[in-house]
Amino acid sequence: MDAFLLKSDFSRLFTLLSEAGYRVLAPALDEGVIRYREVDSIEPLKGLCDEQGPGRYRIQHGDSNRYFDWRNGPDAIKPLTFLPRETLWQSSRHSGLTFTEQPVKGNPTAIIGARACDLAAFSLQRQHFGKAPLEDRWFSKRAEALFIVAVECQSSADTCFCHSTGDGPAIDDGYDLWLHELEEGFLICAGSDPGQQILQQLPTQAVTDEQLHARDGQLQQAIAQQTRQLPEGSLYEALRTRQDAAAWQEIAKRCLSCGNCTAVCPTCFCHSQHDQITADPDVFDHVRQWDSCFNEQHSYIHGIVIRKETKSRYRQWLTHKLGSWHEQYGRSGCVGCGRCITWCPVGIDITETVRQVLEQANAD
Amino acid sequence: MLISQIPQTARIIERVQESPTIFTWTLEFVDPDVQASYAFRPGQFNMLYLPGAGEVPISIVSDPRDPHLRHTIRAVGRVTKAMAKMDVGEVIGVRGPFGRGWPLEQVAGHDLLLITGGLGCAPLVSVIHYAMKRRETFGRIAIIQGVKHADDLIWRDHYAEWAQLPDVQVLLAADVAGKQWRWHVGLVTDLLGQVRMDLDKALVMMCGPEPMMLASASHLQQLGCPVDHIWLSMERNMQCATGHCGHCQYGPDFICQDGPVFPLPAIQDRLGVKGY
Repeated sequence: MDAFLLKSDFSRLFTLLSEAGYRVLAPALDEGVIRYREVDSIEPLKGLCDEQGPGRYRIQHGDSNRYFDWRNGPDAIKPLTFLPRETLWQSSRHSGLTFTEQPVKGNPTAIIGARACDLAAFSLQRQHFGKAPLEDRWFSKRAEALFIVAVECQSSADTCFCHSTGDGPAIDDGYDLWLHELEEGFLICAGSDPGQQILQQLPTQAVTDEQLHARDGQLQQAIAQQTRQLPEGSLYEALRTRQDAAAWQEIAKRCLSCGNCTAVCPTCFCHSQHDQITADPDVFDHVRQWDSCFNEQHSYIHGIVIRKETKSRYRQWLTHKLGSWHEQYGRSGCVGCGRCITWCPVGIDITETVRQVLEQANAD
Repeated sequence: MLISQIPQTARIIERVQESPTIFTWTLEFVDPDVQASYAFRPGQFNMLYLPGAGEVPISIVSDPRDPHLRHTIRAVGRVTKAMAKMDVGEVIGVRGPFGRGWPLEQVAGHDLLLITGGLGCAPLVSVIHYAMKRRETFGRIAIIQGVKHADDLIWRDHYAEWAQLPDVQVLLAADVAGKQWRWHVGLVTDLLGQVRMDLDKALVMMCGPEPMMLASASHLQQLGCPVDHIWLSMERNMQCATGHCGHCQYGPDFICQDGPVFPLPAIQDRLGVKGY
């Protein structure tokens, strides 16, 4: 924590990032939800707080002078680097059959307001899409062009459990600039050379012990507010050996198999690929788009659907997220952001589900 | 050479109708450099692409030394049904080869037991061709092929030809016998006892329906075959073949990259488990 930035000087950050050539995305209230949008001020966020619960998200307008009193919206960093839908390449039948790669723009983009859970998830997505030997060039190009302004949480939502997964609320790395909001301004430091270049142009002041103490207090409060938790370590064996537990059927009675959880999950990476017609009947776009293991077609193979029942799809999602992810990438695929709980239309709680499955099977 | 993310154009230079729904294509890359440098290992697969229809993962049946790539395809889904209507001279897209093939470097000098079931025999046919062309490299070879209905059996001439070779045993089974079916009526596992080789030393490779592979693996172990001598080729939905799309996950494994060929101990915890 090198420096302190007064709230009145925050707008300089927008200016400097724009001048450095970045498209600047910052949190904005859009149709009742906080999302990352191209805006040039965070002023409208003042006093906003998100009230979250299972299947519930509401924005409250208060009179505090905080800009980052809210916790998270449905977007993490995921939609910026792993687009919900994009053309990978085109095929043309104009002269035989030819293929053209769709150029990835990879425009320098700055995102203001990424949380600890978002950074942890971005790191997991980098691991997945960047793994050797076949790196995903579409993802990687966008990831490289990203400038991240991380902002630590000063409180937790009812759905947050990042402390239990070890991903927050404190932010240790993975940012270009780091911020922690206090009453009068922001603690700020740089985590990269591009971040340092921006920081040194900002009109900052020296940090006081009181300010550091205030940050600790806010983090402790955020931790204390978290009531949900997940068991530590890989649950692969625990879930695999309980694959017939009656709890899966109980969850399936409520689960709509809608895929909301996988869409808002900042680490879920499944996608499908298909051809799409264009205005030219001899040219096709080969498109990829987010898919979900809750879709029936996800496990389709030559006339058979491997996971026909909702319970087997939920089991697949959970067993992968909290189990086989450890085998694949050395840690859990859950970063404790709580989005799957908030955005589930029937309020299914992943932490509760795990508890039920583990308890019930143990009792057998 | 690996064509990983954007397809290369290939021409269908030969087409053989193997059965009412199964056909074999011989392919030649349009770019001579690609044709010259393309190489694969038996057991690997390609993503075949038809404009407007999409891509499908199809295993390679030709031998690595053959001048041209061959694919045997069953018209069962949207893309493969469209492919079934294509003629010689038409062009498609090819990405690949992907995945880990059969452990052929470990097989040399051993007796080989090759078990296939249903119509999923294509991944193993590449090994049969490979072994027949390098007959001196291997000990005894036994091929067990099971089909649901006698009419489903393709490559009858091949089997008859292979059965004539020294130390090659061909055992065929059909659940439902048809006219002129002179082989076994019943399951593949019924034939395991007839295999003339030391099962404690032989190496086993199989592909086909999972219940068949599960039953065969269990039966073979009862007959003394060590678990780590058994190799299987697995199938799941695949969209990208580069380990990113998530569809082919089988427990922690991405079949497109970690498979499709696995040693049995690597997947024993989930083989045959519903929903995996």
